[in-house]
Amino acid sequence: MTPETGFRLRHKHLLGIEPLESEEIRLILDTAESFLEISTRPIKKVPTLRGRTIVNLFMEPSTRTRSSFEIAQKRLSADSLNLSSSSSSATKGESLIDTAKNLEAMAPDMIVLRHPAAGAAHLLARVCRSSIINAGDGAHEHPTQALLDAFTMRQKKGRIQGLEVAIVGDLLHSRVLRSNVFLLRKLGAKVRASGPPTLVPPGLDRLGVDVKTRIEEALEGADVVMMLRVQKERMVHGAFPSLREYFNLYGLTKARMKQAKHDAIVMHPGPMNRGVEIAAEVADGSTSVILDQVTNGVAVRMAVLYLLSGGAVGELAA
Amino acid sequence: MPSTNDALVMDEGKIDRTLTRMAHEILEKNRDLESLVLVGIRTRGVPLAERLASRIREIEKVEIPVGVLDITLYRDDATTVGPHALLKATHIHFPIDGKKIILVDDVLFTGRTIRAALDGIIDFGRPSCIQLAVLVDRGHRELPIRADYVGKNLPTAREESVEVHLKEEDGRDEVHIVRAGITSRKGEPSSKEKSQG
Repeated sequence: MTPETGFRLRHKHLLGIEPLESEEIRLILDTAESFLEISTRPIKKVPTLRGRTIVNLFMEPSTRTRSSFEIAQKRLSADSLNLSSSSSSATKGESLIDTAKNLEAMAPDMIVLRHPAAGAAHLLARVCRSSIINAGDGAHEHPTQALLDAFTMRQKKGRIQGLEVAIVGDLLHSRVLRSNVFLLRKLGAKVRASGPPTLVPPGLDRLGVDVKTRIEEALEGADVVMMLRVQKERMVHGAFPSLREYFNLYGLTKARMKQAKHDAIVMHPGPMNRGVEIAAEVADGSTSVILDQVTNGVAVRMAVLYLLSGGAVGELAA
Repeated sequence: MPSTNDALVMDEGKIDRTLTRMAHEILEKNRDLESLVLVGIRTRGVPLAERLASRIREIEKVEIPVGVLDITLYRDDATTVGPHALLKATHIHFPIDGKKIILVDDVLFTGRTIRAALDGIIDFGRPSCIQLAVLVDRGHRELPIRADYVGKNLPTAREESVEVHLKEEDGRDEVHIVRAGITSRKGEPSSKEKSQG
């Protein structure tokens, strides 16, 4: 390959799906395909990022995303450092920028940031020299989740183009929804979304989403059903009367799945609230690919770390 | 079309005869075919490994497993040089513990690709030995590595490049030496031009 046509991301950071070109998304997915194999080897490690230091700065609780990033880093031989909100000086009142600048003084190559405020990753990208990977910023974006979701859809359905994807649940607080909508629209899928009217953000239709009030309408003929978690911790006011009523109106049950195509798959970014947004029999059923999503998450994150580490002459993203 | 800057050094017939000879040499040196496996280094080592396996099948009526190794992740410049090669998967679907591995590549140059390939292989197990087969050895080693089976020793100047074209990848079987600054006739850089050799 020539330098002009070389395979690389044009970005130094991964702040969201919105700034990515569809070719860049395909490059990440294709690269992840090759990384999937490494996790099946007896020695699950390659030396590619040897000597690279990566800080995982998690200012919000996370098990899946953090452990997935950590495993991806270990399998690429990077040195990683984990900081969480409870163990960091943020509890002593240090600002995010000060925390990041102090970490940078120790010369890491990348910072993976999870933060409750939308735009936190963009803020760090402006003040830091390191590559910033957004691992979820408030209700804004969660790009690696959308990439692993797309990877799983492509793996199960063979394509993204033309898929009918139904996304159901708490649409208002969901960064997973936003990143998925950007990605699926760029790759030519159709997205319908459904949730209680109190949890539908205004202007969602302007992102190219077909908003349905009843879950049955959203599920009708869908190839992919993606359930979103009811974010109880973000629910400051009563958006719906009770969890039971939520399940009755918007929970994914076996009966409701009959609305979707017969070979439709069920996805969930986790952690699941069984009996709230999804019935246990669906979550554990044969159409569920929820654990495949977790497996694929490691390969997708390896691909992102690998691509962002290569020949860092790309311009700043935004 | 071929110019003074581009010399054809092996044509289809020559490549064919060379591979047949190499297959015989491999069989001569390895009597125990049970434990023999071939591993091709992406990209052009893979069709060469498959061709050697089919020669061995014709001669001895034995099926030798062929694996595919992508060394991109093991390169010593993986994160320091320009655009990445598109990463492709490694497929070694058989146990390699105790096996005799013949590593196959098209051009042996600095030896850095082979160094990376040895690291890659070792991550899959502990073979009893690893031998190296290359279609062309062009010299200029930077590491203490040598090939066990060489199709053709090709003395070159460092600034020249050796281009191997194979039917499976390029639609024709040819080996060229190209003088610096001149790309191949179709303009596409081939084989070793951008890689570590």
